[in-house]
Amino acid sequence: MKHLQAFGLGAVTALGMTAMSMLPAAAAWQPTRPVEFIVPAGTGGGADQMARTLQGIIAKHDLMPTQLVVINKSGGAGGEGFLDVKSSKGNPHKIVITLSNLFTTPLATGIPFNWKDLTPVAMLALDEFVLWVNAQEPYKTVQEYVDAIKAKPDGTFKMGGTGSKQEDQIITVAFQKAVGKKLTYIPYKGGGEVAVQLVGGHINSSVNNPIEAVSQWRGDKLRPLCVFDEKQLPYTDKILGDQSWSSIPTCKSAGVDVEYLMLRGIFMPPGVSDEQVAYFVDVFKKVRETPEWKQLMKDGAFNQSFMAGDEFKAWIEQAEANHKDLMQEAGFIAGN
Amino acid sequence: MFDNFLNLYHGFGIAADPFNILLMVIGILLGVIIGVLPGLGGANGVAILLPLTFSMSPTSAIILLSCIYWGALFGGAITSVLFNIPGEPWSVATTFDGHPMARSGRAGEALTAAFTSSFVGAFFAIIMITLIAPLVAQFALQFGPAEKFAVYFLAFASFVGMSKEPPAKTVVSMMIGFALACVGLDMVTGQLRLTFGFTELLNGFDFLIAVIGLFGIGEILLTMEEGLEFRGKAAKIDPKVVWKTWKTLPRFWVTSLRSCIIGCWMGITPAGATPASFMSYGIAKRVSKNGKNFGNGEIEGVVAPETAAHAAGTSALLPMLALGVPGSPTAAVLLGGLLIWGLQPGPMLFVEQSEFVWGLIASMYLGNVVGLALVLTTVPLFAAILRIPFSIIAPVILVICAIGAYTVNNNVFDVLMMMVFGVLGYLLKKTNYPLAPLVLAIVLGPSAEEAFRQSLLTSGGSVTIFWSNPLVSTIMGLGLLAGLWPLVSLLLAKLRTTPQPA
Amino acid sequence: MEQAHQGAGGGGPKQRAVELGTALLTLLFGFIVVYGSLRVGAGWDGGPQAGFFPFYVGLIIIGCSVLNLVSAYREDPVALFAEYSQLGQVLKVLVPSCIYVALVPALGIYVPSILLIFVFMVWLGKYGIPLSLAVAFGVPIFFYITLERWFLIPLPKGPVEALLGL
Repeated sequence: MKHLQAFGLGAVTALGMTAMSMLPAAAAWQPTRPVEFIVPAGTGGGADQMARTLQGIIAKHDLMPTQLVVINKSGGAGGEGFLDVKSSKGNPHKIVITLSNLFTTPLATGIPFNWKDLTPVAMLALDEFVLWVNAQEPYKTVQEYVDAIKAKPDGTFKMGGTGSKQEDQIITVAFQKAVGKKLTYIPYKGGGEVAVQLVGGHINSSVNNPIEAVSQWRGDKLRPLCVFDEKQLPYTDKILGDQSWSSIPTCKSAGVDVEYLMLRGIFMPPGVSDEQVAYFVDVFKKVRETPEWKQLMKDGAFNQSFMAGDEFKAWIEQAEANHKDLMQEAGFIAGN
Repeated sequence: MFDNFLNLYHGFGIAADPFNILLMVIGILLGVIIGVLPGLGGANGVAILLPLTFSMSPTSAIILLSCIYWGALFGGAITSVLFNIPGEPWSVATTFDGHPMARSGRAGEALTAAFTSSFVGAFFAIIMITLIAPLVAQFALQFGPAEKFAVYFLAFASFVGMSKEPPAKTVVSMMIGFALACVGLDMVTGQLRLTFGFTELLNGFDFLIAVIGLFGIGEILLTMEEGLEFRGKAAKIDPKVVWKTWKTLPRFWVTSLRSCIIGCWMGITPAGATPASFMSYGIAKRVSKNGKNFGNGEIEGVVAPETAAHAAGTSALLPMLALGVPGSPTAAVLLGGLLIWGLQPGPMLFVEQSEFVWGLIASMYLGNVVGLALVLTTVPLFAAILRIPFSIIAPVILVICAIGAYTVNNNVFDVLMMMVFGVLGYLLKKTNYPLAPLVLAIVLGPSAEEAFRQSLLTSGGSVTIFWSNPLVSTIMGLGLLAGLWPLVSLLLAKLRTTPQPA
Repeated sequence: MEQAHQGAGGGGPKQRAVELGTALLTLLFGFIVVYGSLRVGAGWDGGPQAGFFPFYVGLIIIGCSVLNLVSAYREDPVALFAEYSQLGQVLKVLVPSCIYVALVPALGIYVPSILLIFVFMVWLGKYGIPLSLAVAFGVPIFFYITLERWFLIPLPKGPVEALLGL
């Protein structure tokens, strides 16, 4: 036990030296206790991975005077985590990472919270979605796949995704509308499982995030057809043959007018001071400069938008309205 | 195949580095501690220590983390045997015979048998990974929702129908488990159910809370009935207990082999270590000639679930590496780790990062040997814990239970629930309701229902999907056979005793 | 086992009464499950609805509970569930444990743990104050160091910890 601690400390100091230049300038407010980092999702998922990467980066580069402690509260599609933060009014030693369930969970389940119950801190990144098919299928382009769907009766093609009435299913519903045919949506627990079910041929397509399926692409098991964003991805590193993230066309350009990005943002409990929010905005700005973060962004082909303050609030408001429309249309809003 | 051995040889070169050996020892020790503390399972333990490994090379990091995993697998058995509190879901089946053994003063034997079986199971799985990794990965791909449901069905079928209690009580017990498992968010429709508007129930009833209450607290209450003086027979501290137990273990080689195979299969598919341990225990109970005595402290009843759990826990790492799909929650966290270190698990990992993969496989061999040696030395120590007077150990166990219940979901409400389950456990046990089916239903219920409903979505509502290909039909057939086995054996017995007409 | 205690002096609740009570309890539970399932829909809508499985599970619980009620009614009316003296022993653990659990939400886990171990050792174990205090403080401190310091798992804390600045 002692060994490990000594070892860990050693590693931190060694790396801390190189990170000296990045040490925070004396801010007006600093955490005095360990900060709880709530993850409203289970261990091993995308949000959890990002939270633990952040924890590692912050510890490694000594970006905070106290520790950051990751806690998973995944009950009720993350509702449990958000309720916990909502009820910790004025506690500056608690932050929460969000995914789309910030909008979808209260709408789909009626669990009583809204992003307005929390204090927005910053948008860290946006997660992309890509339409994948099995590499052995004949479809090389979205158009070919869409034609195949149209040629068969409703519900013949199966789309796999993570969770129910969440981002993957919302995209599926939007996709159906664009194509004009119904697909059978099959919910799974995690993105990795969806990718493997697609490799095994148990479903026809998926809308996995890049990081969940990239290894299957590299192994020529899956094929990306299009990305659900307004422009192509900027990452040009070769993945399979001479293909890279940047060579995937946008779905819109292929005639499927669907765009969706998932928020990876940080929020705090209600009633915290502007100073405290500013502190964390500053910390995450520094995180974005670290090589580890840049690597994660590249591996997962993330959209690296960063926002804070009013700009971020305006973005959330827009996103919430979008989700409401999409879910209303899909009939996903809780009845009671 | 020959390439594999060559690669493995290089792997040993990497794993046997003194720094890596040191990491193994640290990892195993930490893992044992994590396994002993209830609530703080392998997945949590690995997740918590993950950030510490960012500054290491990926090979060293995964050696440390996977050794924590081995350690937690070993450690889970300790509290099951000593206090009837399973530290991990897959240790539940170990309590059935392990704890009665401890109560009759054979804790040392039970622990030795548990650790050794764990080692055997893990070792079998590693050999399998070394020899046929690519084949196995292909096999795992065959498993869609229907096949997964068939596996859960088989696990249930091989475990039920074997309790002595009245059938109506067994059914009630199992159905209560299923009902509790339904509470919370319905994965398929995204609706909340059975929460009645209580936000405390959002998370549903975690299996560990139920088990800590039903088994741990219930056991303390039952013990109190006998008075404070009574506390099993304190185990004699005998350093030779390891050797003595080892001499008896080879007799159970058939059980071990069967459990290894069940475990590997369950780990790869990936159903996980928990169904593997239950299934293996259930089958051993039926097949063994000591089957009737299972539940009263039969050493074979410790060997079967522990071997299967470890074979499953170890082989669960293979689909994670080869496919990027985790076979267990801990593997899911390790998967996150791989991504953070810049390694992409999946089909190309074995080709692009062969040094890392074979270093890891070599470390599995070494780590398990180191682990076995370490935990066996602790047997007399842990057996000695039972010598502490009950009036000291009882409140401490209560505190440990409360901490364990809290850490499962970081929720104070769970501590209250644990106490309710404790009283329920006492009441049900005293009125002859079996607890094992309840626990099994809480553990497997959600996954089984999920797989069933995914299958029906796939097939558009037709149940013929469960007979749609040879693989799923075979497993369903085995399940039916296992479920009807009590009837079949009854018929066979009748046939034998009926005098043949001349 | 219950029969063995019979006539060994001291009465107690009857096994039959407890069996009946337990069966009624499971019956009630069954009804709650059925009601809850109906609230979210227990039908078949292109596949099972959210309440489909729990609904039938609830029905089975109700059915089997009725069977258990009948068989409990037929049981030996004399056999004891446990003697009062034994139940007293059980209550001696149960009552402090329940108080302990009830205190955790308000006071955090450390202070009640210290109280529980101390009371238990002095009252039931008849140990001396110094040893009891040592164990009572030692165990929570051990967990504080291992869990909160090494593994970074925060346990519930109350006003006392806040006062100490932990």
